[in-house]
Amino acid sequence: MTEPLLSVQNLRVEFPTRRGILTAVDDVSFDIQPGEVLGVVGESGAGKSLTGAAIIGLLDPPGRIAGGEVRLKGERIDNLPPDALRRIRGRRIGMVFQDPLTSLNPLFRIGEQLIETIQLHSGMNAAQARDRAVSLLVDVGIPAAERRIGAYPHQFSGGMRQRVVLALALAANPELIIADEPTTALDVSVQAQIIALMKRLCREHHVAIMLITHDMGVIAETADRVAVMYAGRIAEIGPVRDVIKHAQHPYTQGLMGSIPTLTADAERLTQIPGSMPRLTAIPAGCAFNPRCPHVFHHCRVVRPELLPAERSLAACWLHDAKARVSA
Amino acid sequence: MSVAITQARNDVAGAGALVKADHLTCVFDVSRPWLERTLAGASKQVLTAVADLSFEIARRETFALVGESGSGKSTVARMVVGLIEPTAGAVTIDGISMSDPRLGAAREKLRRRIQMIFQDPFASLNPRWRVDRIIAEPIRAFGIASDHAVVGARVGDLLKLVRLDPADGRKYPHEFSGGQRQRIAIARALSADPEFIVCDEPTSALDVSVQAQILNLMRDLQDRLGLTYLFISHNLAVVRHMATRIGVMYLGRLVEVAPARNIFDTPRHPYTRMLLDAVPDLEMAGRQRKPVDGEIPNPIAPPSGCAFHPRCPFANERCRSELPQLAPSGPAAVACHAVEEGRI
Repeated sequence: MTEPLLSVQNLRVEFPTRRGILTAVDDVSFDIQPGEVLGVVGESGAGKSLTGAAIIGLLDPPGRIAGGEVRLKGERIDNLPPDALRRIRGRRIGMVFQDPLTSLNPLFRIGEQLIETIQLHSGMNAAQARDRAVSLLVDVGIPAAERRIGAYPHQFSGGMRQRVVLALALAANPELIIADEPTTALDVSVQAQIIALMKRLCREHHVAIMLITHDMGVIAETADRVAVMYAGRIAEIGPVRDVIKHAQHPYTQGLMGSIPTLTADAERLTQIPGSMPRLTAIPAGCAFNPRCPHVFHHCRVVRPELLPAERSLAACWLHDAKARVSA
Repeated sequence: MSVAITQARNDVAGAGALVKADHLTCVFDVSRPWLERTLAGASKQVLTAVADLSFEIARRETFALVGESGSGKSTVARMVVGLIEPTAGAVTIDGISMSDPRLGAAREKLRRRIQMIFQDPFASLNPRWRVDRIIAEPIRAFGIASDHAVVGARVGDLLKLVRLDPADGRKYPHEFSGGQRQRIAIARALSADPEFIVCDEPTSALDVSVQAQILNLMRDLQDRLGLTYLFISHNLAVVRHMATRIGVMYLGRLVEVAPARNIFDTPRHPYTRMLLDAVPDLEMAGRQRKPVDGEIPNPIAPPSGCAFHPRCPFANERCRSELPQLAPSGPAAVACHAVEEGRI
């Protein structure tokens, strides 16, 4: 196996509050290979966006990385000083957020924003940077790019803006793009276009993508592997088709059953009783145990690590023969 | 508890259209203010949010309207409950027009039988009121009961009906999660014992596992109380799970109306086909497909002829000039020249 592009080991994100320290991301580990699309899925509050923010050093204070390490091509980036981290952000790791309007400055023409980014990271002169900006816009499918380069963000539609943001993220030829809900604000037809675009860019530029979303459909369509997060931890991680078709963790099984599809004829959707625990009251042992249909004594006491389960890894005692016997 | 509710239902048993929308049109004036407009020499601008829309909803049926943002589906919902006055056309519920001024008294009585559930349960509940007061408001407002104990018992029943604890009534909305708040909104909608509920994206703000709980609850309540739903959503998979019949909207017009199963098995209108093809689905892992180009055009200046023609792979000269009307096609009704001419 080649060296992973991004390696996250035992990442822990904490928020000190008056009522004590809240652990929003707890002991999260995963790798992303070069050119791979890793989907990170979970419901609100599962910690998926915070994981992404922690990797690129954009945690809002008082949030902080309290443990673990993040390595980009073997080199630690979680403990870098802000200046060094800023050089990595944008140049080696690009970012795409849910709302393209928050990523684009409304007061500057998109050409200016692209050219600034390109020059900052590459040292091209203005004319070269402009040419590169036009070719990037063409690459992300902006029609009449030569003319549109002088337009302001408000003159673009939502889908076109997200294309511009993708162009910005690609400006410095990054190795990894962290995309946080990139299609959530878009209509389905435009969403399909952006998904197709991301897949093509991933292939042509050989860039890896960490795709954070709550939409399992988008993951199914885009990702190679998927990590399912629950209450700040990874519940299951594996190849996308295995996780969807043969989920190994009871939470993933419930989640998949609760998604209405265009093909299955279910009278009722599977329901997971209850709701995700608040960060102030994460249960002991497995965080999912109060909602789990297969819960046994061990689950309430000892927290499960990620264990091999078929072709995936699942944090569930059902996959530990010894734990089951002792139950 | 629901004895009273069930009895009330039995009185209105029987099929037939409960809701009729007849050539509904809604035009908004989006011009700049008069002085600015005059100084700039600009003309008035109007936006036709809904154009010439007709449909019927039978009793105990779930009729769903789907479409992308800007298709006018929420405007239809608002016109149906009377929050917006239609520019032209009318909504008739159980034979009573929602806009005829002569029927004012009859309409007041009708109001009780129509309720609405909104998308955002964080915005639709008064944060300063306790939950029992929120749920009791329609009971008092419509004069269904005024005795404190009776109202209290009814609120408790309603909370149980949506699977919350009657003791939750003493809490404030902020103490609940999104899904629980949507249950409260449903309890409030049910408190006036309605027959017809307009649901505008009721689960769009919720996580999938919570969405499943709410959708199951809504179906149970429909079976139990004989409710009729107008269900507005942009999510085709959710609509497929809930609806008996579906209307697909594009730029303010219905392009296809069909029984739910038909829409998904044999979509006829090119826009419906495109929508179905664009939805990312769990079954599609690893699938390759060709997304349709373009986006919804600006509704202030919609394309001539069929509004979908700039994105339609089957468009010809007639599509560019002549507006297609809804015409029967098998069990469905489709507004498309290509379907009518048998070109697709």
